[in-house]
Amino acid sequence: MASSGLKIAIVGGGLAGLAAAMKIAEAGHEVDLISVVPVKRSHSVCAQGGINGAVNTKGEGDSPAKHLDDTVYGGDFLANQPPVKRMTDMAPEIIYLFDRMGVPFSRTKEGLMDFRRFGGTLHHRTAFAGASTGQQLLYALDEQVRKWEVGGKVTKYEGWEMLSLVLDDHQVCRGLVAMNLQTLELKSFAADAVIMATGGPGMVFGKSTNSQTCTGSAVGACYEQGAKYANGEFIQVHPTSIPGEDKLRLMSESARGEGGRVWVPRDPMDARKPKEIPDADRRYFLEEKYPAYGNLVPRDIATREIFQVCLDGAGVGGENQVYLDLTHIPAEVLTEKLGAILEIYEMFVGDDPRYVPMRIFPGVHYSMGGLWVDFEQRTNIPGLFAAGECDYSIHGANRLGANSLLSCVYGGFVAAPSAMDYAKNVERGSSETNGVHAAELARQQEINDSIINSEGGENQYKLHEELGKVMTDNVTVVRYNDRLQATDDKIREIQDRFKNISINDSNLWATQAVPHARQLSNMLNLARVITLGALNRNESRGAHYKPDFPERDDENFMKTTIAEYSAEAPVLSYEPIDVSLVEPRKRDYSSSKKKA
Amino acid sequence: MTTNAHIEKKRLETPPATIKFKIQRREKEGAPAHWETFELQYRRNLNVISALMEIRKDPVTIEGKQTTPPVWDMSCLEQVCGICTMVIDGKVRQSCSALIDDLLLASNSDTVTLAPMSKFPNVRDLKVDRSKMFDHLKQVEAWVELDGSYDLGPGPHISNEVAQERYAFSRCMTCGCCLEACPQYGDDNYIGPQAIAQARLFNMHPTGKMTAEDRINGLLGDDGITNCGNAQNCIQVCPMGIPLTKAIYETNRDITVNALFGWLKK
Repeated sequence: MASSGLKIAIVGGGLAGLAAAMKIAEAGHEVDLISVVPVKRSHSVCAQGGINGAVNTKGEGDSPAKHLDDTVYGGDFLANQPPVKRMTDMAPEIIYLFDRMGVPFSRTKEGLMDFRRFGGTLHHRTAFAGASTGQQLLYALDEQVRKWEVGGKVTKYEGWEMLSLVLDDHQVCRGLVAMNLQTLELKSFAADAVIMATGGPGMVFGKSTNSQTCTGSAVGACYEQGAKYANGEFIQVHPTSIPGEDKLRLMSESARGEGGRVWVPRDPMDARKPKEIPDADRRYFLEEKYPAYGNLVPRDIATREIFQVCLDGAGVGGENQVYLDLTHIPAEVLTEKLGAILEIYEMFVGDDPRYVPMRIFPGVHYSMGGLWVDFEQRTNIPGLFAAGECDYSIHGANRLGANSLLSCVYGGFVAAPSAMDYAKNVERGSSETNGVHAAELARQQEINDSIINSEGGENQYKLHEELGKVMTDNVTVVRYNDRLQATDDKIREIQDRFKNISINDSNLWATQAVPHARQLSNMLNLARVITLGALNRNESRGAHYKPDFPERDDENFMKTTIAEYSAEAPVLSYEPIDVSLVEPRKRDYSSSKKKA
Repeated sequence: MTTNAHIEKKRLETPPATIKFKIQRREKEGAPAHWETFELQYRRNLNVISALMEIRKDPVTIEGKQTTPPVWDMSCLEQVCGICTMVIDGKVRQSCSALIDDLLLASNSDTVTLAPMSKFPNVRDLKVDRSKMFDHLKQVEAWVELDGSYDLGPGPHISNEVAQERYAFSRCMTCGCCLEACPQYGDDNYIGPQAIAQARLFNMHPTGKMTAEDRINGLLGDDGITNCGNAQNCIQVCPMGIPLTKAIYETNRDITVNALFGWLKK
């Protein structure tokens, strides 16, 4: 056994990956950090609103227990509760740590951190740094990890994409194979443990609020190699996104949190400019239906209501859009509290939302599902851990706003010691891993070669568009079993046609074609997991809504969906969940008394 | 009913039927550069990224020649990751937030010209390698020193005024616009405004202040702050509106004060 420290590979340099890297380096061990982009450019930068923690500085009697209750209730009782409790207990110290790292959180007059309200809670529990909290938290961890990089504990491989795990003959994870995105060189990374922190799979839906790097590809590779994927069907569609040709841009929930009102004209074809339409001719449909929470109902409810209003032909101009209106709030207040997100709207649409109501529509935003992990962030593959959006563990059937940044950091902070404990005890040595790295490298090179040499004429980007469209149409806000079945058929058709792609780039240096083809192949596998998970869950819960099965069915489906790969189709099974801390009750946001 | 008056923005009224994209191509670092032009049907609400995505699908030049797809970097498409920066119609900026309508209106033409940033190694086509910028962050020790990441309670009290001032600096997404525009930056001779502003960000923090000298030391070498020629181009091109010249001025002031009075501390 080597006398030096442990070596842990982390895939993904967003909030979860960097949180884990910092903890491992601090404990004196070595980290190989593999990321498709320079880590400072990871998707965590896009999170706008804030990070939740029941610090209770506003005299409201908030507590981690209430945060736990809001989270599992918001998640419609699909999350195992012990890890949620551990997270909400840890939340105040996580926020304090970021404060110590120098994150420029908005402050009160006393110079303390300020907290705002967010969807799904009645408390001021969300710490925020302007309207770019994710960017600020990511930078804080990026800075700390850079210090460890200078100190020699962290080695970054930026511009490398993971292709597969290296598993030994006993299905134990011994490292991974990654591809250099400039040279297409393949390299195996030996590690005592591997932590997946690669974020969500939004690109499966073609256009989403996710970054272009959020393909879920590396997680798809783990799944294909035997990692269990849990609750794949739970995809959060954000109620307020800005439709665009290249992507759907998020309009943060903080726009509602700061007083934004959602409405449509009573006459959808009302030709007047929105500001000239008097209150009497407007329908504030969230406030009418949910008097207690009003515009601050949780995301799945807001999404469905907006979707339904448009489906009924009542959207603005009869189109798929409603107004999200901030113009009743003084411009200088908006600039200070929401400046960055309002700039986004103006930048990409051309109108200034301080003066013109925004036009918004729901967009795919977050995956509650992901790699199955136990309460210590261990996957079912020994030596493989997961943290952040790519694991399924915290949010149940629906995620509350400002809980994602928290769950990323929490996941990283739990995965790191868990991986170190494992690595300390695992049997190491060349006899165990001899040859498995070389074999996996050869297998991956073969796949690359077959993509490069394939000449069937199918266009990979067009296949990806077809996948995105069928997934967005049928596997988002409203789901019907016949359409889900048809979607799975379509995915299999695309999988067949994928075998006949011709990459259209003869220059392989820094080409996007080969990496995209690898990603697409994995995305197709995940698309089946998402679709078949939805098909087999005959109930409505959180983000998963079937008009033919409109009620939550605890008896049959208060269970985690587990998908395991087989060449034929994902094999689904169901695992009971731990509801030992908060007794399940009906989720109802129409009144503030939500206790059953 | 509302407190805010509406400000109308000038819009492109008579768009062309097609848009031309003149793109600088390079096979790989060190290879010669050449230009290729592509043509797309006009549509409203296109940005440079959407246009590149469309060209990538089936790359055929305006002359009808099948060619390789242009390569560029992209990720968040919300102008917050900084990766998709390039030179668009002669101006360095992010391609995700470059709306075609606005570009055509500004140039009064039907052509958009795309080139890679010139101050960084050109990997291929529009893709560049900016790892130097991250090295500069190491040089100025752009972080707060912590005793440990375990629970030690909240950080120091900070006024909202200072928090907001720091927030402005902390929005830097390492995109490189300021370096591309700086006449002094190039060939490793000057660390540039980005790293100076990040040093300033941490020197303003109550805890960061305690190690301010270490950061300032990183700015006193041959490539240090004295290379600033005060052209003030950086502040013109910064997409995040970071007060870069203020950071340079205040850091220079700290250096002077330290040089004059630093001995008092010893």
